[in-house]
Amino acid sequence: MRARSLIPIVYILFLLLPIYWLLNMSFKTTNEILGGFTLWPQTFTLENYAKIFTDPTWYMGYVNSLQYVVINTVLSVSVALPAAYAFSRYRFLGDKHLFFWLLTNRMAPPAVFALPFLQLYSAVGLFDTPWAVALAHTLFNIPLAVWILEGFMSGVPKELDETAYIDGYSFPRFFVRIFIPTIAAGIGVACFFCFMFSWVELLLAKTLTSVAAKPIAATMTRTASTSGYELGLLAAAGALTIVPGAFVIYFVRNYIAKGFALGRV
Amino acid sequence: MTLELRNIAKRVGADQHIHETSLVLEEGSFNILLGTTLSGKTTLMQLMAGIDRPTSGDIFFRGARVNTVPVQKRNVAMVYQQFINYPNMNVFDNIASPLRVARMAQSEIDKRVRETADLLKLTPMLQRRPSELSGGQQQRTAMARALVKDSDLILLDEPLANLDYKLREELRDELPKLFAGRDRIVVYATTEPTEALLFGGNTATLHEGRVTQFGPTSETYRNPKDLITAQVFSDPPINTARVTKQGQNIVIAGAAAMPAVGTARDLPDGDYTIGIRPHHITPQARNESDAAVEGKILIAELSGSESVVHFDLDGRTWVSQSHGIHPFEIGAMARLYVDIGRSFFFDADDRLVAGGA
Repeated sequence: MRARSLIPIVYILFLLLPIYWLLNMSFKTTNEILGGFTLWPQTFTLENYAKIFTDPTWYMGYVNSLQYVVINTVLSVSVALPAAYAFSRYRFLGDKHLFFWLLTNRMAPPAVFALPFLQLYSAVGLFDTPWAVALAHTLFNIPLAVWILEGFMSGVPKELDETAYIDGYSFPRFFVRIFIPTIAAGIGVACFFCFMFSWVELLLAKTLTSVAAKPIAATMTRTASTSGYELGLLAAAGALTIVPGAFVIYFVRNYIAKGFALGRV
Repeated sequence: MTLELRNIAKRVGADQHIHETSLVLEEGSFNILLGTTLSGKTTLMQLMAGIDRPTSGDIFFRGARVNTVPVQKRNVAMVYQQFINYPNMNVFDNIASPLRVARMAQSEIDKRVRETADLLKLTPMLQRRPSELSGGQQQRTAMARALVKDSDLILLDEPLANLDYKLREELRDELPKLFAGRDRIVVYATTEPTEALLFGGNTATLHEGRVTQFGPTSETYRNPKDLITAQVFSDPPINTARVTKQGQNIVIAGAAAMPAVGTARDLPDGDYTIGIRPHHITPQARNESDAAVEGKILIAELSGSESVVHFDLDGRTWVSQSHGIHPFEIGAMARLYVDIGRSFFFDADDRLVAGGA
């Protein structure tokens, strides 16, 4: 019994170790981090967090990141909804090819598109705005959202649509009042994946911004290079960066399980 | 107030889903569409409802052509085989939804929903979500939604097929009382001939997208115009064989010679297809004219009060259905009696030439 429970305990400790180390560092001073190996902070400090919440160059990083992540998620899912509906309900010429082609967009690494996006957005004056990053990320997120939503929508019998029309619902009214609530779980899962991709993607976000819309991940890497080693501060920023993701996962955890059951996540 | 389908056909790509069909459904009538899966029952209903449009032909309702009238404006209701309800609404809102869309006053909605829920024994479940109901209750909710808006045409697409035996029996008894009445047209699709016979009304038999016969149910059952209709409207399947009439005898090649009695007596000599309903083949002779056949027993299904026996008659699998429990030994030869006087005879074009009532 004891040996059996030992294995998961060791495994969980192994998983939590980097997170613990990050938190550990975030409560230390930089000197202590560089000074030697300590398992927990000897001189506990909240100064790193205080700095992040008071210095606009730091906290604006979070604001900027959240801004384009939210724009991107809303944009991707609202565009993907009608597209996924079409794929799940209608047969049209080349529908299967189109569906697959959408997915292939995800197969290229973001770096491929960094240069064309940079040039394009500079030319049209979108460079260094949250919209630049949000739009760039839709290239990856719309196909993903269409793929996920199509799975959920195909799980809804088309007789539901017909029943609604028979009851007198017009298409838009049916879509908003009945269909969207019916696939709420799928929308939750799609939002989650769009959020996650956009939140962790660094390369495009860094390339397409400079000062005004600089995301937190860029702030973290740049500070390390300009003002020497502020390891405690970086650790605190890292710890805070985990929070939104954990928050979103907590809300959609049940939907994700459903998504796995449908074989689309 | 009639619903008339005039020469309608439905084609999807290269597939002909419905061949040219004409039907007139009278107001206040209960109509049954009887046919196997994929025979076109659902497609025909979708055309009647206006969910789908015919490729050719016209649909008239109360004398007006309604081909292009969208389903939302047609005042129809439909209940599907799957239990279709709005999962995000509770039972009350589900039933109320067609009334809400029609912008009825709240007090009137309340009154109507409660009346209908009462009728379908859903009152204690009004606040529940469909997912919290049993299959029977979910289907009752769907029926309530179809009933509440007082539509001119109600389409029931195998509504009892997904229910377990007990619930099916129960709802089958209630159904005609619930839906019939006033001047509404009811169309009920089923794969089961027994169900059609229980409901009465009119029956249209469907086969591969064609209506083979339409008329009062008992009439369609007793006097099938052709072999296909007889086959569709028989459960267990009707027994058939190529026969030759020679003078006073009907000969099933290699199997039996039987006396030509009843309607077969006046049949001119020649080749025919005989159709014998399973309950006209029994282990004991019932009439003097009954003809004996010998067959090898393949399967014997003995249910409470009935014996259904499949036997091999010179390469053909025939079925006998009789009251009471008759012990049969699988693989053994057995002698069964055919009530030849009640069999059907079809000509080379499969048209009925003799038999029936």
